[in-house]
Amino acid sequence: MVLNNIEKLLEKYENGETTLKEEQQLKHYFSQETVAPHLEVYKPMFAYFLVNKQEQFTKDIPLKTKRTFNYKWISVAAVAVLMLGFYFNQPDNSCEEDLLGTFCEPEQALNEVTRSLAMISSHFNKGASTVNYLNEVNKGTATLGYLNEIENTTSIIFKN
Amino acid sequence: MTQIEFLNIVMPFKDKVFRLAKRLLVSREEAEDATQEVLLRLWNNKKKIQEYKNVEAFSMTMTKNFCFDKLKSKQAQNLKIVHSNYEDGNTPLQKQIELNDSVDWVSKIIEELPEQQKMIIQLRDIEEYDFDEIAKMLDMNNTAVRVNLSRARKTIREKLTNTHNYGVK
Repeated sequence: MVLNNIEKLLEKYENGETTLKEEQQLKHYFSQETVAPHLEVYKPMFAYFLVNKQEQFTKDIPLKTKRTFNYKWISVAAVAVLMLGFYFNQPDNSCEEDLLGTFCEPEQALNEVTRSLAMISSHFNKGASTVNYLNEVNKGTATLGYLNEIENTTSIIFKN
Repeated sequence: MTQIEFLNIVMPFKDKVFRLAKRLLVSREEAEDATQEVLLRLWNNKKKIQEYKNVEAFSMTMTKNFCFDKLKSKQAQNLKIVHSNYEDGNTPLQKQIELNDSVDWVSKIIEELPEQQKMIIQLRDIEEYDFDEIAKMLDMNNTAVRVNLSRARKTIREKLTNTHNYGVK
C-alpha cells in the first residue's frame, strides 16, 4: 500500500536515513491535495521546502573588471622616460661653428691645431731664451768662488 | 576569465548561496548583501577558481563563514532584533489560510533551530545536496550530519504537531 510505504519512508526520513530519491517521493506525495489525515502535520513542512526552493537572488552582481593596477608598468615607464632623456640629451653630430674651438672640417682643425702649437712653441722658445740670463748669474757666482779662494789664503796667512 | 565565463560558473548556484544566507541571516536585504559579497569575492579571486575542485561547495562554505562573521559582529553590537516570539492566536478559517499559516510556522520553527541544524535542513531538504557534499561544506563528518539532520527533522515535526493540535487537544 502506498500509505504504508510513505509511513515507512517518513520514519526513515526522521532518522536521516532516506536517500535523495526517497525524499523526492515524500515531497511528491505531500504536494498532493489530499493527504492521509494523520499525516497532515507533515504537509506544511514539505510545502515550505518546495516553496523555499523557488526563492531567487534577483539583485544583480556588480562585476567590475577591477583594473588591477600593475606596479611593474611603473618601472617600465620610468625606464622609457630615462631612455628618452638620454636620447634627447645626446650631443648631436651636427656641427656648430659658433661653439668655441670647434671645427667642422678635420683639415681645418688640423691646421688650426698646428698653428696654435707653433705659436705655443715660438712663445716658449722666447721665454726659454730669457731664462738664459740666469746663466750669467751662474757665471757671476762662479767668479764669486774666487773670493772664497782669497779668504782661504788670508785665513792661512793669519793663522801663521 | 571573462565575465560571461564567470557567470556561467556562478549562475547555477547563486540562488542556493542566497537561500543559505537568508536562512542564517533571516533578513532578505542582509542575505542579498551577503550573496553579493560572496560572489564578488569569488570574482576577485577568479584566477584561483580553476584550482578549486568544487566551486559550488567552496562557495557554500564561504557563505556559511561569511554569515557567521556577520552574526557575530551583530551580536557584538547587541542589535539583534528578535521577532520570533510573535504568536498568532487566530483560528484559521480556510484551509488555504491554514496551510499558509502552517508554512509560516515551519519557517519560524526552523529559525529557532541551532545554526548547525538550520544549515543542514537548508542544504538537505531544500537544496537537496547529498550527505558527502554537506559534510564537506560544513566541515563535519558524515554521521554528524545525519544525526543533526535527524534531530532537526524531529524537532520540526514535534513542534508542528504541537501547533497543529493547538486548540484541538
